[in-house]
Amino acid sequence: MKIIDMDIMTMRKALLSKEISSVEITKEYLSRINEKDRDISAYLYVDNFKALEKSERIDKKISDGLDVGVLAGIPMALKDNICTVEMPTTCGSRMLEKYKSPFNASVVETLSDADAVVLGKLNMDEFAMGSTTENSYYQNTKNPHDLSRVPGGSSGGSAAAVASKQALFALGSDTGGSIRQPASFCGVLGLKPTYGRISRYGLIAFASSLDQIGPFARSTSDLAYVMNVLCGFDEKDSTSVKMEDEDFMESLDRDVKGMRIALPKNYFDEGIAPEVKSAVLAAAENFRKMGASVEEVEISSVKHALPAYYIISSAEASSNLSRFDGIQYGFRPEGDFNLDELYKEARSKGFGKEVKRRILLGTYALSSGYYDAYYKKAQQVRSLIKAEFDNLFKTFDLILSPTAPTAAYPFGSKSENPIEMYMGDIYTVPVNIAGLPGLSMNCGFDKDGLPIGMQLIGKAFDEASILRAAHAYERGGFDE
Amino acid sequence: MNDDYEIVIGLEVHVELKTETKIFCGCRTSFGAKPNTQCCPVCLGLPGSLPVLNEQVVEYAVLSGLATKCEITRIGKQDRKNYFYPDSPKAYQISQYDLPLCHSGHVEIEVKGKSKRIGITRIHIEEDAGKLVHDSEGGSLVDYNRCGVPLIEIVSEPDIRSAEEAKAYVQKLRAILLYVGVSDCRMNEGSLRCDVNLSVRKKGENKLGTRTEMKNLNSFVSISKAIENETLRQIKLIESGGAVVQETRRWEQSAGKSVSMRTKEDAHDYRYFPDPDLMPIIIGDSFVEEMRQSLPELPDERKAKYIKDYQLTVYDAEQLVSSKYLSDYFDMTAKKVKSPKTAANILMTDITRLLSKEGEDARIPFTSDDFARLADLIFLGTINNTLAKKVIEKMWKENLSPDLIIERDDLRLIKDEDYLSSLALETVGQMPKVVEDYLSGKEKALQSLIGQIMRKTSGKADPGIAKAILLKTIDDLHSKQA
Repeated sequence: MKIIDMDIMTMRKALLSKEISSVEITKEYLSRINEKDRDISAYLYVDNFKALEKSERIDKKISDGLDVGVLAGIPMALKDNICTVEMPTTCGSRMLEKYKSPFNASVVETLSDADAVVLGKLNMDEFAMGSTTENSYYQNTKNPHDLSRVPGGSSGGSAAAVASKQALFALGSDTGGSIRQPASFCGVLGLKPTYGRISRYGLIAFASSLDQIGPFARSTSDLAYVMNVLCGFDEKDSTSVKMEDEDFMESLDRDVKGMRIALPKNYFDEGIAPEVKSAVLAAAENFRKMGASVEEVEISSVKHALPAYYIISSAEASSNLSRFDGIQYGFRPEGDFNLDELYKEARSKGFGKEVKRRILLGTYALSSGYYDAYYKKAQQVRSLIKAEFDNLFKTFDLILSPTAPTAAYPFGSKSENPIEMYMGDIYTVPVNIAGLPGLSMNCGFDKDGLPIGMQLIGKAFDEASILRAAHAYERGGFDE
Repeated sequence: MNDDYEIVIGLEVHVELKTETKIFCGCRTSFGAKPNTQCCPVCLGLPGSLPVLNEQVVEYAVLSGLATKCEITRIGKQDRKNYFYPDSPKAYQISQYDLPLCHSGHVEIEVKGKSKRIGITRIHIEEDAGKLVHDSEGGSLVDYNRCGVPLIEIVSEPDIRSAEEAKAYVQKLRAILLYVGVSDCRMNEGSLRCDVNLSVRKKGENKLGTRTEMKNLNSFVSISKAIENETLRQIKLIESGGAVVQETRRWEQSAGKSVSMRTKEDAHDYRYFPDPDLMPIIIGDSFVEEMRQSLPELPDERKAKYIKDYQLTVYDAEQLVSSKYLSDYFDMTAKKVKSPKTAANILMTDITRLLSKEGEDARIPFTSDDFARLADLIFLGTINNTLAKKVIEKMWKENLSPDLIIERDDLRLIKDEDYLSSLALETVGQMPKVVEDYLSGKEKALQSLIGQIMRKTSGKADPGIAKAILLKTIDDLHSKQA
């Protein structure tokens, strides 16, 4: 088997049995990036030298008979809002051009301890705000299935890199769909874990109460394997949750017989592309065939989810992004300015249009006199949505829905109409609002050959059931 | 015209807690370190960093609340107060908005022989900001060491009616916090800072006047001066037909006046909202009970004990307990002396004077045993207060026992009647005019005769005995002449 086609378990076996070396793997991936990324532009930064250096150390450990980490030699990459000491962390923004964090994100420490090989940093919408990765200050990332189309966003670089085999897996972040929607557009698997499952320490915040780091992969077993490494309590993140370690690989061995799956029929009412609708309904039928029960339900509160989401996330963002003021670090305009002018210049020129739009929106929502009507109201809606999901999960194990209303669309087709773009998050946003885990996986292709994604939503901290169902679907055999 | 007005004052007191580490990270909090040496990504607010609440801050805040008779909030939260300024690297301060940890308390103060209760609206926790240093060339430097040092803000009810009451309140609050041990409360280092909210109204008026807030009050003197100054300013404004503007003013101690910083119109909109990086603070009954049990004896409890057990006056007891150090020292001494009241008197006069010369951290250089012995020597009449003063000064410098000093420098009161008689005779002989004055009814003349004997003995003659002998000598002389 070619190195580039190996999954994590195959690669690990080959590495530990010394069939291949870590350096060989890394070189293979680096040359793949060299060849492919000219077209795709998934990477903002590739560190050949450090990646090879790390691989040599891993090979030495193996030849010395020493233990290596569980991700030894596995080539992966990070969304560029995850802090790294050895590489810049730009958040896709001019504001943080060349910014180097003096500390590693907790997940980066975890990956490093597990001996993963970090190839580089991946493109994204500026500060994770967007659904196409067009809001990056640096470059447009292309959809590997059709270079004239967007890869989705905001973790577009992560999805495109995994889809084009420029990384075996990648990390992204998901605030309102930023892992699941690009996974859907690029035809790979993307999992947004339960809020609090994976430490946010070192993830540059967009909306702290919604942000969650999660993995992209090409198979459920790779996803489960990586989840085993990433999950866990971190004392540096007050919102991370203390719970016993779980082996997600075990959940892959079970079929879906007896699983109760809810299908929210109002998700299919309007604004959904017919081919997406039929692909997801076909997937539901396949789950039935595999022995799960699929029952139609109504999730009525979701119609309020989008406005609530845009108020809460923008409010938090307006505060989180205030620190980018040109004083301590980051973009600082040339010239003599007084303090107020310096703030204005740095923030006007350092931030892009969409970021400024959300800062304005959020600042407005928190202003005195408007707080009750917007922010407080949005929090009340949030409670309602949570309650409705909680209630649903009393009778169901999973919810099945589309990930996005459409497949990938051409560059520039929605960038002038933010509301239309925001509508694309309609199926993913409620999951963040409720803090639940959600996964996107491919369930077919449209007539243009573009991938269509379905979303599996689980109870809080029940990623196991999601992975179990996803793995069963991946194995297929529906017609037996 | 001032007598027609009533002053209404509420205070906001910021107190730095003396935790080992900062409120949201592991950085040290020690004062006076080199600039920007006690910082990390968290207190610098670097992208990606997250705060984790130091539990000791909650303990200290709850202790402070219990010591000021507050009710303790059971589910608290922390909020972001957003504002742009280089002293705040995140551009927001983590504070508490609508669910402070403590509320509805009070402290008792003593002014002009009267007790008064000052209400405490709330006590909340928050992080301190960095410090801006403006250099001579017009540039500004930031020191982030203070960023993230834990603070409590204690907000009083508008119960204060004079500069004197304000001072007594801050002194009492300071004493309580020092007893509880949650802060150093050093005004000169900024670990206790005070904002004054002040308005005036015609006596008998129910409605409050428009208030101003004064900042930058970093000593008791500036608090008093600022209140007096602001009261006059507001009354003058009103009397001249003007109106007080709601605004924040900055007190300039050197100029002896305040200047406007910003009016209500350009007041900040801080856009408070719950900090999503921090979980609610849940406080259980057992925690509150544990804190209550660990409270030390508080100033008011000691005060009551001093009045009851040692017969100190209310005023003396209040004065003594207002300094934890002196009060602790008195507690050590009181058990060993014949007259605690005598010991208390010296502590509040001579000792306080000597301590104040040396500044806020001054300590008595001799043991409580030596001090107790000194108090006994006074009580027994071996030395009087005048001599005691000399003995104490020598003890302060040389750290020898009072007995040794009295022996060495011959500071004992002279009670030898024969010797004093001879001095009296001599004096009377030397000052016949004064004797005549006395005999003609000028009582004052006697004092100058006693003074003469004191001079002859360098102040060591026992005044009582000296007076008696002098009177007898004059009497004898007079009857002889008659």
